[in-house]
Amino acid sequence: MSPVLDKDPVATRMAYGDALVELGSKHDDVVALDADLAVSTQSIKFGRKFPERFFNVGTAEANMMSMACGLATTGKVPYASTFAIFATGRAYDQVRLGIAHNELRVRVCASHGGLSLGEDGASHQMIEDIALMRAMPRMQVIVPADYNQAYRAVIESYDREGPMYMRFGRPATPFVYDEVPQTLGPGVDVLREGHDISIFACGHMVWRALDAAEQLHRDEGIDAEVVNVAVIKPLASEAVLSSLARTGVAVTAEEHRLAGGLADAIRTVAAEQYPVPILSVGVDDRFGVSGTGEAVMERFGLTAAGIADTVRQALVLKPMVRHSPVLNGDD
Amino acid sequence: MSKSKKAPHLAAVEAADAPASIEPPAAGARHSVPELERYATLLRIDCVRMLAVAKSGHLDSSLSAADIVAALYYGVLRHDPERPRWPGRDRFVLSKGHAAPIQYAALARHGYFPHEDLMGLRKLDAHLQGHPDMTRTPGVEVSTGSLGQGLSMSLGIALGLRLDRIDDAHVFALMSDGDCQEGQSWEAAMAAAHFKVSNLTAIVDYNHLQTDGTTEEVMDIKDVRKKFEAFEWDAVEIDGHDMQAVVEALEWSRARERPAAIVAQTRKGCGVSLMEDTFGFHGKPPTPEQAEQAMTELEARLDEQNVALKGEQ
Repeated sequence: MSPVLDKDPVATRMAYGDALVELGSKHDDVVALDADLAVSTQSIKFGRKFPERFFNVGTAEANMMSMACGLATTGKVPYASTFAIFATGRAYDQVRLGIAHNELRVRVCASHGGLSLGEDGASHQMIEDIALMRAMPRMQVIVPADYNQAYRAVIESYDREGPMYMRFGRPATPFVYDEVPQTLGPGVDVLREGHDISIFACGHMVWRALDAAEQLHRDEGIDAEVVNVAVIKPLASEAVLSSLARTGVAVTAEEHRLAGGLADAIRTVAAEQYPVPILSVGVDDRFGVSGTGEAVMERFGLTAAGIADTVRQALVLKPMVRHSPVLNGDD
Repeated sequence: MSKSKKAPHLAAVEAADAPASIEPPAAGARHSVPELERYATLLRIDCVRMLAVAKSGHLDSSLSAADIVAALYYGVLRHDPERPRWPGRDRFVLSKGHAAPIQYAALARHGYFPHEDLMGLRKLDAHLQGHPDMTRTPGVEVSTGSLGQGLSMSLGIALGLRLDRIDDAHVFALMSDGDCQEGQSWEAAMAAAHFKVSNLTAIVDYNHLQTDGTTEEVMDIKDVRKKFEAFEWDAVEIDGHDMQAVVEALEWSRARERPAAIVAQTRKGCGVSLMEDTFGFHGKPPTPEQAEQAMTELEARLDEQNVALKGEQ
């Protein structure tokens, strides 16, 4: 059976819109803001149902983030959505001072993260948002893998403290969870167990990693462990280390710059506590281009085949002798 | 900070402190214009003392706003230091966060925190940060300091209050010349009119001086009242050091159906002649000599005001 479920793909941004309506029905203090992209981000669903609690500010993202800050100081729980490029790039300073610094329960909900939005090209393809939000003090960073996990992430975000960044995507994306999970948990999920190598993936790369693992197993007998890292910050490092301890070598895969994102997060944990070879799939030092989402992903090697190639390279580096990881710096 | 650690040249500055004798007004108490003017002098004295000790900060930007802040905290704002999070309170947002000392002085004199805390301004482990910090300082509604954000934050607060049907509470945002140069302020102006908020006032402390020169030289913001009017705000222009006019404008703004702007023409450094309307003091603390001269001047003014108030009684 294919690990990628046999259901029609749905975009993670759809889960944002659907879950936001559920939150709005359950909680009067949930408010939503958007910057003239409510149809794209799907916040329009909330806007139609709760027009009094929905603020479309027009194409003024800086104003939106600071308004969200103000609303949060009155006890509201604002969900502010726009494209990832504007949420984290244009409005960085507003998110930083107004939301993160103040530890306010604002959810910065970014759709169209990464290259897979396709045709709009480099100006809209945000490939450094995870890096920006990871670097920002106090900001939590969530990148769900499919509709079901995205739905849970949005519902659960209401009950979590502190500021949060959530990244959703434009394209319809295969399911990797057969139903909405009970919890996001620590945000590091082993979706496929294996002892030869760990593949840590996030967002749209998770189903591709599962595909790659399946191909590698079928064609070459390689048993890859696939780990979905949905909560990139704070990273559940013990779950990462226990996978590394099982396999001793890893590949990371993300639709993001190789600097500052998932690759850096995993490598930091490994370098400090259990150094093993880790190669990465991601975007190197360049901008995106126009094309269909799939074509652009292929151009940058963000495919199951790209992951499988990198796995083969990493396996060459796998050490013959392994040591136990140092957990929590004990001893 | 222990007194023995303070430099001798600040002795004159310290002597002016008499916080215990300043009773915070009971909630809703009304003060006469001469009383408000006296409070403004006290706030100015606090600012000079704070900056002289901190040796860092924006004194002249604080002084230009002193009359407005005194009018707000002692006259117009409905607030209760005993219940700083009272939901029905008016909100004051210092969009020009670099003028933090003037707000800190007003908060301390109302008992939001001990008056001696003012001497910790900008020091490691003190709660009075260089710019207002809602996570550290009681009475600060929202952290500011990056110009251009305060009006948007205030609009968010105004909308939150409206959703909660807290109709009496009003939001006052104090902006600077620099705030008016930031594009975001005009995003907020557009949005406030669009969302039809009636509980928001923007006060512009238009002192015409910024870090690199006069606003006219650096980036002329010209007729700010007309700009707000173009965004369909109600707007007035006043002398920001005419206490009667300041109080009237603030009360007028509270009663508007539309968002209201008060463009207050002010003088940077007002109350301290050596820096009044003088370029070159932005972000520069006074030297010990300048602080002493400023204190002499402000104390003399306070004496006059005390005598005049006694004569009235």
